[in-house]
This record gives sequence, C-alpha cells and structure tokens, in this order.
Amino acid sequence: MKATVLVRPKDGILDPQGQAVEGSLRKLGFGVSEARVGRVVDLELETGDRSEARAQVERMCAELLANPLIESVEIELGETE
Amino acid sequence: MTPLVAVVAFPGSNDVEDAALALTHLGAEAAVVWHGDSELPAGVAGVVLPGGFSYGDYLRCGAIARFSPAMAAVRRFADDGGLVLGICNGFQILCEAGLLPGVLRRNRQLEFVCRDVRVRVERAPTPFTSRCDPGDELTIPVKHGEGCWFAPDELVAELDARGQIALRYAEDCNGSVADVAGVLNETGNVLGLMPHPEHAVQSLLGSADGALILGSLVDAAGERVPVAA
Repeated sequence: MKATVLVRPKDGILDPQGQAVEGSLRKLGFGVSEARVGRVVDLELETGDRSEARAQVERMCAELLANPLIESVEIELGETE
Repeated sequence: MTPLVAVVAFPGSNDVEDAALALTHLGAEAAVVWHGDSELPAGVAGVVLPGGFSYGDYLRCGAIARFSPAMAAVRRFADDGGLVLGICNGFQILCEAGLLPGVLRRNRQLEFVCRDVRVRVERAPTPFTSRCDPGDELTIPVKHGEGCWFAPDELVAELDARGQIALRYAEDCNGSVADVAGVLNETGNVLGLMPHPEHAVQSLLGSADGALILGSLVDAAGERVPVAA
C-alpha cells in the first residue's frame, strides 16, 4: 500500500525558507501573502491493511519522519492494491 | 590522572581529528570511536560528539545519527551520569536523541554562518564551564547552516529557571530563540553547543577561549571515576 506523509512547519513556527519563497514569488509578480515549505515522504508499505498501515506510519512519524517540536504531519493512505 | 575521552566518528563527521587534537593538547587521552561500535572504550571518562554532517544531514540534522549503535552506548553513558559534550552536529544529534531539550533549525538568515562570535557564559561552574565565571564573554567560531536553536516559550522559561541555558550568544548570528548557544540537560552532565571550542584552543588559531570549555571538560573528566558504559 502506498502512503504519503506531509511534513509541515507547525503553525506559529518561523519558516524563513517559506518567507524566502514568498518573497521570490512576489518578485515574479504573483499575489502571494504567505508561503510555507515542508517535506513530502512517499512510502510503499508491505502491509495492505489500512488501519495497520496508518498505525505504522504514525509510529514512523513519531520516531523519525518528523520532529513534533516544530513539525506537524498529515498522513494520506493510497488505495489498497 | 589523564582522563580518557571518546570522540565518536559518524559518517560525515568532519571535526573528529580537531576535537581529538584539542583534547590531547589540553591533557586528555582521546580515543576515536566508530559509529558502528556498540560499546565505548573501557575506562572512558567523557564523550565528545564532534561537528560535521552526519549521514549527510538527511531528513533533519542529527535525526539519523541518533540510531547508530554508538549512540545507544552514549545514551547509557549519559544516563549513568557520564559527561557528554556535543559540538555543532553533535549538539543537533543530542537534541534529536532527546538527551537535550529543543531542536536546531535552519539559520534564520538561510545562510551558512562561519565566523568568530562572542558567547556569554550564563552558568558556571559546570563540568563544562568550571574554568569560566558567569558573565565571561568568550570568542569562539561558529560554522553552521542549521544552528538556530528552538524551543517553545514555556520550555525556554523552564530551562532558564533550572539554569540549563549555559551559554548565550552575545551577538545574534543565527536567530536562536533567547540567544541560546549552549544548553545543558537537567542533571548537568550533558552539554550541547553550536560554537566550536576545538577550533579555538590556541591564540595562534585566533582565540584560546575554546580551551576554557574543553579544558573544563578535561578537568571534570579527570576527577571522575570512569563510568562503566
């Protein structure tokens, strides 16, 4: 089963990278009032069970994929094959 | 006695030899420990996690190094009260491992900073600052892209109240919350700092102030009965 983890800087956390992106987009003429830059982790899981997959990915996030002090995560599970 | 201080080499560490040389210069015996080693050398009285880019800083700086076998040994050593000093990437690893509070993020200015900075000693004496007095300003170089220390306000207040903020920048160089340059664990036997004391141990190098930090560690290690790792 495929799973995607979206890792974002938490609300309220300064994101200088996002600010730089925002500034560059403005220079290009786009009307952007905020940009935040995170990270995407695509996973191919061995399990085909959705609840097992979600539990596993939640553990992965807690143990490695994100730092809860500064990052929030959103987990998306793909269709069961 | 001459204390034995271990310097842990991760793939991507690049200040292993500098740290070992500085420790030797200050009267310790330095032993380089490979990240795959699951035990620290017998009789070790202190551990230094050196600077560099362990595991390419993939994912987040320090996030992957903390799973290495050597870090399990370092954790046991620290839990037993052993002295552990993390410099730069070593600081990042200790934060990711949960041995120190907070986290190191990309510098606010998004630029790598490489220069001498003034650092104020907030807490002395500790095993890492016994050669200093509170309020002393040290000149020590930094060289990092991800040195912006962050912790939530409540945590910063708690750390401040408990005296865990050992070093503060006397000049802003990376946007660290509360100007934190170095932080202790609650029991005071683990310190992480972004500046590189090992690069400032002789006036020939521009400053000898780093010797006050590393020399304090060597002094404290020399007084300690080695902790079994």
